[in-house]
Amino acid sequence: MSEPAADTDPEAADSPVEQAAQRTPSGLPLRVDGLRKEFGGITAVDGVSFEVESGSLTGLIGPNGAGKSTTFNCITGVHEPTAGDVYLNGEAITGLAPYEIAQRGLVRTFQIARELPEMTVLENLMLAPKNQQGESALRSVLPGLRGGVVDQEEQLRERAWETLEFFEIDHLATEYAGSLSGGQRKLLEMARALMTDPEVVLLDEPLAGVNPTLEEKLLDRVDDLRAEGYTFLLVEHDMDVIMHHCEHIIVMHQGQVLAEGGAEEIRTNDRVIEAYLGDDL
Amino acid sequence: MSDATAPDDTMVDREPDSALAAVLAAAKRSDLGLVVLTLGLIYLGATLLTFTDGLNSVVGLLRTLTFLGLVYALSTLALNLHWGYTGLFNIGVAGFMAIGVYTMGIVVRSPDPAFGPPGFGLPLPVGIVAGMAMASLFGLIAALPALRLRADYFAIVTLGLSEIIRLTLQSSTFDTALRETLGVGTGGGRGMGMPQNPVRGLFLVDGRAGDPTALGAAVFGTLGEGGLGISNNILIGWGYILVLAVFVVAFYVLLERLGRSPFGRTLKAIREDELVADSLGKNVDLIKIKVFMIGCALMGLAGILWFGSQGNVSPSPQFEPILTFYIFVAVIIGGSGSNTGSVLGGIVFAAVLFEGPRRVGAVLRDTIDAPTPPTFGDAVAAADPVGLLAYATDNIAPLQFVLLGLVLIFIMHRRPDGLLGDRIETAAAVDLTRREGGERDE
Repeated sequence: MSEPAADTDPEAADSPVEQAAQRTPSGLPLRVDGLRKEFGGITAVDGVSFEVESGSLTGLIGPNGAGKSTTFNCITGVHEPTAGDVYLNGEAITGLAPYEIAQRGLVRTFQIARELPEMTVLENLMLAPKNQQGESALRSVLPGLRGGVVDQEEQLRERAWETLEFFEIDHLATEYAGSLSGGQRKLLEMARALMTDPEVVLLDEPLAGVNPTLEEKLLDRVDDLRAEGYTFLLVEHDMDVIMHHCEHIIVMHQGQVLAEGGAEEIRTNDRVIEAYLGDDL
Repeated sequence: MSDATAPDDTMVDREPDSALAAVLAAAKRSDLGLVVLTLGLIYLGATLLTFTDGLNSVVGLLRTLTFLGLVYALSTLALNLHWGYTGLFNIGVAGFMAIGVYTMGIVVRSPDPAFGPPGFGLPLPVGIVAGMAMASLFGLIAALPALRLRADYFAIVTLGLSEIIRLTLQSSTFDTALRETLGVGTGGGRGMGMPQNPVRGLFLVDGRAGDPTALGAAVFGTLGEGGLGISNNILIGWGYILVLAVFVVAFYVLLERLGRSPFGRTLKAIREDELVADSLGKNVDLIKIKVFMIGCALMGLAGILWFGSQGNVSPSPQFEPILTFYIFVAVIIGGSGSNTGSVLGGIVFAAVLFEGPRRVGAVLRDTIDAPTPPTFGDAVAAADPVGLLAYATDNIAPLQFVLLGLVLIFIMHRRPDGLLGDRIETAAAVDLTRREGGERDE
C-alpha cells in the first residue's frame, strides 16, 4: 500500500483542514446550518442550526407557527431556503430538488398521510426503491431487457412483503391503499419510506390521529430500526412521546431554536415552559 | 393480450345460469374474448339493420364500423397512456394526429406532383417514422413549459397548441412560406392528397382499378364481383383492417408492457400524487416529458393510420377539437387506465355512438311513410308521433349529440369508472397476488 496522504497523518491533526473537518464530522447524517426562510416579508425560519446524530431519534417540537414544518420543507427540498445550508453526510444538499435529496438517502413522510389511493399497498411499496431498472421505459418494453426487470421485480416484491410483515400490515398487501384506515396509512407511509433505503427518515407527525395501540407499535418499529442504524428526525405534538422516546430534543419558537438537549433539560427549561404556556405566567 | 390465456383465479367460479351467461363469463375471463364478443354484438346489430340490402351492403357497413372502431381504439390507447395512466390532461390529441399525418404526407409526396403541394418524395416508412418523431417533438415543445403547470392549465395549453397547429396548416401564407423555403407545401385549406395505401397495391397493380395482382384476382374472383358480389373497394378496405388490427395489438402490447413495469408504477404514482413520487426520489418532470412524448408519437401514428388512409387530409373539419373530445369520450366509456377498456371504448364509441345512430336513423326514416316537418316546432306542434319520429330520424346528426350527452351522464352516474375501469391493472412486471414463484409476465 502507498503512504497515507498527508492530511490523514495524525501529526497534521491541528492543520486548518483537519479542524474544519472536526467541525463538520462526516459521521453526522444530517446537519442544518443557519437555515433561513422568508415568505415575502415574513420570516418563517430565522437562522436555525442543529445536528442529528447517527442512529438517533431526534425530536423537533414547538408551538404552532414555530417554523417546524417550514424547516422540514427546507430540508427536504420542497422549499428553497433563503439562506443557510443543509448537509447530508457532510455533503451540501441545499436547494436540490426533492427527488435528488430522496435519491441521496433522506426521505420523508407526510403529516397528513399521502398514500397513493388507487394503487395497492404492494404497489405503493414497490414504487419506492431507488435505481429500478424498469424505470427506464425502454428496458421495460424491449424483449431482451425485460427479463432483468422481471428478476429485479421478484426481489423487490419479496422485500416489500418482508417490510409489510415488519409493520404487520402484510394482510393488506393487495388492498387499495385508499381503503386503509388512518393509522394503517401512517404505517404504510413509513414502510414505503424505508423501501427507499434511506439513511435519514424525517417523520412529520407520524402519530397524529393514531390510536394508542398502533402508536406503541409504530414507536416500537422506530426503535427496532434505530438499532439497525437508521436515523430519525421526528416532528411531533405529543409531548409524552417526545419526552419518552427522543434522546435529543430541539425546541423551536418563532422561527428560531429556543432550546436543545435531553428530555430532562427541556422539561426544566424556563424559556421552553414560557414559550409553551405563554408570557403571562 | 398477455393474460388472455392465463387463468384468472381472482374470479369466483359459479355455475352459469344459462348458455348466454356461460359465454359472457368465458368472454369476460379473457380480454381478447371480450373484444371479440363486443365486435360480434355490433356485427349482429349491423347485419340485422342492413341484411335486406344484400351482402355487399352488410359487408360494407361492417367494414366502416370496424375501420372506425380500430382507428378510435388506436387513438384511445394513446390517450390512455397520457390520461389514464399518468393523469396528463391532454386535450390537444387532434393536433398531434394532424402533425403526424401532415409530416408523413410532406415527406412522402412526390416533389413534382400532378396536383397539390410538393413533398420530399421519400419512401413511406421514412414518412411514418418522421410523422411520429415530429408529433413527439411537438409533444416536447408543449411539455417543456407546460408540465409544471397545474392539470387544468396544462389542458388549456394543449388545446391551444392543437388549434395553432390546425390553423397554421390551414393558412395559405404558411403553405407559401414552406414552398419558398423548403420546396414543400401543406396545401393550406384545400389540404393534400395522401400517398397511395400500400394495401391497395397488394390487390391492384399500381393501385389502378381493373388491373388486379395475383392476390387481387384470387380475392376478387371468390369474394368480389366474380363470386359473392362484394365490391372490390370494400375487400381492399378489409385488407387494410387487418393491418389496423395488427397495429392495435402492437399498441396494446407496448402499453401493457409499459404499464406493467416500474415505469408504469411511477406513472400511476404521478397520477395519484406528484409530491409523493417526487419525495420518493422520482424525477417527476423528466418522466412526464418522456411519457408525453411517447404518447404523442403514438397519436401521430394513429393519425397516419387513420387519416393517411383516407385519400385526402385537410385541417378542417378533420382536426377540429371535437375529434379530441370524441377520443376522450371513448376513453371514459372504456374506463381510463385500462388498455383493454380503451380498445373496447374505442370500438363501442365508434360503432354504437358515432356511426350507429346515423345508420339506424337512415333505415328508420326509410320505413316512415310521412313527410318531414320543416322545423322542430312544427314537429312538436302537430302532436303526431310519426311526424316527430320522421323529424328526429331526418336530423339524426345533431340529435346524436343529445344521445352522446345522455350516455355520458348515464355512465358518470352509474358506472363512473367506465366499462372496465374497476379492473385492477397491476403496475408491476410480476404477479403481486402471489408471493413467490408467481407466474412471470415475460
